[in-house]
Amino acid sequence: MLEAARCIVVRDLLVAWRRRSDVATALLFFVIVTSLFPLGIGAEPDLLRSIAPGVIWVAALLSCLLSLGRLFAADHADGTLEQLLLGSAPLGVIAAAKALAHWLVAGLPLVLIAPLIALQYDLPAPLYPVLALSLLLGTPVLSLIGAIGAALTLGLRGGGVLLSLLVLPLFVPVLIMGAGSVDMAAAGLAPDGQLLLLGALLIVAAAFAPWAIAAALRISAE
Amino acid sequence: MTAQSVKWFWYASPQTFYPVAGVIARWCGAAAAVLCAAGLYIGFFVAPTDAQQGEAYRIIFIHVPAAWMSMFIYVVMAVWAAIGLAFNTRLSHMMASALAPTGALLTFIALWTGSFWGRPTWGTWWAWDARLTSELILLFLYLGFMALQAAIDDRRRAERAGALLAIVGVVNVPIIYYSVQWWNTLHQGASVSLTRAPSMAATMLTGMLIMALAFWMYSIAVTLVRVRCLILENQ
Amino acid sequence: MLEAVDLACERGGRSLFRRLSFALRGGELLRVAGPNGSGKTSLLRILCGLLSPTAGAVRWEGTEIRRLREEYSKQLVYIGHAAAVKDDLTAAENVRITCMLAGHRVSPRQIQQALDAFELADLPVKRLSQGQRRRAALARLLLSQSLPLWLLDEPYAALDAAAGRLVEELIDGHVARGGAVVFTTHQDTRVRASRVIDLDA
Repeated sequence: MLEAARCIVVRDLLVAWRRRSDVATALLFFVIVTSLFPLGIGAEPDLLRSIAPGVIWVAALLSCLLSLGRLFAADHADGTLEQLLLGSAPLGVIAAAKALAHWLVAGLPLVLIAPLIALQYDLPAPLYPVLALSLLLGTPVLSLIGAIGAALTLGLRGGGVLLSLLVLPLFVPVLIMGAGSVDMAAAGLAPDGQLLLLGALLIVAAAFAPWAIAAALRISAE
Repeated sequence: MTAQSVKWFWYASPQTFYPVAGVIARWCGAAAAVLCAAGLYIGFFVAPTDAQQGEAYRIIFIHVPAAWMSMFIYVVMAVWAAIGLAFNTRLSHMMASALAPTGALLTFIALWTGSFWGRPTWGTWWAWDARLTSELILLFLYLGFMALQAAIDDRRRAERAGALLAIVGVVNVPIIYYSVQWWNTLHQGASVSLTRAPSMAATMLTGMLIMALAFWMYSIAVTLVRVRCLILENQ
Repeated sequence: MLEAVDLACERGGRSLFRRLSFALRGGELLRVAGPNGSGKTSLLRILCGLLSPTAGAVRWEGTEIRRLREEYSKQLVYIGHAAAVKDDLTAAENVRITCMLAGHRVSPRQIQQALDAFELADLPVKRLSQGQRRRAALARLLLSQSLPLWLLDEPYAALDAAAGRLVEELIDGHVARGGAVVFTTHQDTRVRASRVIDLDA
């Protein structure tokens, strides 16, 4: 069972490596979006400091969303999705492996780039660990919940926009808790509550989302 | 299989349900009209003027029942979706699909009346308070459900995909609600909520309950009419 | 081994087949014939478990495949219309991953043997021609000889004469060893099927 899961993660990472430019484009999108806000709102330092957590989190959300469209689409197009459905491991495990691979390629880099963006917004240094930790806990949840949407909208016309409509409302709690934790820390309060809630969301998502993803894949592949 | 359970599955056949739905719809429609008249009468003429908000508060007689029903309908929709997935009955899926537009409409009414309430009371057409924001996200959930079903050509896949989305949504609704509540306290302080109802006089509560019942009867009637249309379409 | 009971399939509002029943034992070769659009691929996908029939059930060794899930998947090879290979990976990597996903380890030597038999160079699949990609997809048949059930959708499509003969030999060998094969084709082949189901009837 773990063999099959490991094999899928390795395969997806290998494919992502061979298509490095696709991956880099999504990350570049994250950087570009965060650069747009000062251009639109004005570069007043106090203002930027206060909106930084929210802006970084929203940009992370959108960047994840962009790459979610591709999660199952390529497999569906070349027929490998059917082989995944016929794999020797339970489909939930396979789904979790796909979500993990997606996070490693699309979510983890955001955690690493975010401090640079925070620098651009002049976020105070003590907040960096909180920001990174909130993204570290939150982005896997985005991958897991987003994968449900990606599986449901497999092969549909207007898929990308439809995926956003389905999945963004479900992302709201993660956004609120993630950005909120940094805001709490910025106000001098302990962000522990929000980070723990993020952790709880992660555990619940990791436990239940794979089965929802599996059910959605079966529905879509029929 | 007891006689009871056999009877339920008999009603689960679209052909059998069609005339039953028509009868129920007519009665519920009549009940809705009566209750609505009674509720609005109480709301606009009988209930006393509020000390703080004057006459403008009277919009809660539409706003609050609509909000209650919008959340209730989402849960009912998810229940029908779950039944449809578990027992593979087409009628259950049709009920879920039929409930969605009514739920979306009531959510929109709640948002619109909430906006009208805000304007004279607080001076803004929109306030990011907890309930209005939760209702907005609920509207997106309804629209997402409808959009997903509309985007899929294969009926069976559309029904089952929508059902899964509704179930995932209903699990998330409490999480969304509480996180929005918390967000609201963080950013606006624990101050007065825009849409907090004034302390209830008994007549006010009665009025709201009657209106809620009226909306419920209306929802049943309209949903059943829609289900009859879906049955005809899918024959 | 494999039993289909009263299968019915409806796609896009059209009924493709109804009350289809058959039983398949080890050592038997079943050919599904019929013109395009008659439901051959749908039948094969129902037998795999990828598609739910509108009515009826498929049983493997007496138990419904719906209940078996991956226990059943582990016993079969399904090669469908699509090549099911990743463009960005080499043929060898594709074969290795497909086998590992199906739950059996293969050594690099075995993979090389399979590729040699199908005359495939170890290039990224996107550089291969259509026929070569098809051969890359079929290469796993050489490594799946221990799996009792083969479900092949148009295995001869896009293959040249030599590769076609190789596939025929593999199918014959598998059946001779006691495996069961179900395949669809609308070409005439020299492989003699124990049974033919014609969906046109």
